[in-house]
Amino acid sequence: MKARVYVMPKAGVLDPQGKAISHALEGLGFGGVNDVRAGKVIELDLAETDPARAKAAAEDMARRLLANTVIESFRVEIA
Amino acid sequence: MKAAIVTFPGTNRERDMRVALKRATGRDPLMLFHRDALPQGLDLVVLPGGFSYGDYLRCGAMAAQSPIMRDVKDFAAKGGHVLGVCNGFQILIEAGLLPGGLLRNRTLRFLSMDCTLRVERAGTAFTSRWQKGATFRAPMAHGDGNYFADDATLDRLEGEGLVAFRYVDERGEATEAANRNGSVRNIAGILSPNLRVCGLMPHPEDLVDDLMGGTDGLPMFESLAEAFAAA
Repeated sequence: MKARVYVMPKAGVLDPQGKAISHALEGLGFGGVNDVRAGKVIELDLAETDPARAKAAAEDMARRLLANTVIESFRVEIA
Repeated sequence: MKAAIVTFPGTNRERDMRVALKRATGRDPLMLFHRDALPQGLDLVVLPGGFSYGDYLRCGAMAAQSPIMRDVKDFAAKGGHVLGVCNGFQILIEAGLLPGGLLRNRTLRFLSMDCTLRVERAGTAFTSRWQKGATFRAPMAHGDGNYFADDATLDRLEGEGLVAFRYVDERGEATEAANRNGSVRNIAGILSPNLRVCGLMPHPEDLVDDLMGGTDGLPMFESLAEAFAAA
């Protein structure tokens, strides 16, 4: 079972990468980009076959390692 | 003083730290690798700077999970003194030994330059040779040194006197201009509630000899030497 963990800078936490991407897009002539936030996606291939248990396991992994919840939020999707 | 320096794949500042500790204490610290166990009877464990595990996932996140960090956490829990500089500070945060997080520098640039630090908490094993409010020069070299914590954590740190160092200008003022990496409230280094775990981004160990261009960082190591003079 595949789990996808989306890790994003928390709302209110400065995201210098997102800012730089936003400036670069502006430089390329893309107008109307109000804000950019840059995070990461981590794909897990899990042996677990029960979606609820897989999600709980991935969330535990995110809390303990994949995200630093002081500065990042996360969301798990089961595929 | 019995000190050990813990290194990981990608650590690169361990020799600088060794020179600083040896200079201040007259004793060569023990050099340990991440697979070693922490021996008994240590006074101080130091996590030096570098790019442990290639900064994968987040700076310090992989090192924080390595076997020796379990020993370092036990050591700290029993009241041991731990110093983390630069990547070592990032590892202490990722290991949960100090609160907060270290974000990418606000300019997105790797900062390799001197900064001025103000001592916010004197009288600890790391800072006893300075007066509160003293300023000193320290080199810094990092891409992710932008300290962040929520307001409740910051208020607790300030209220309990756990901010060790702040970035200041030459007049000792904590200005925005002096805060090159964008750290919240100009915080450069913090302490644990028992004052025995200290983490900071700049490198006092790189100014401990006139041949390095100055001895501004030496008081930190002399403080430690004094704290453990009997040991």
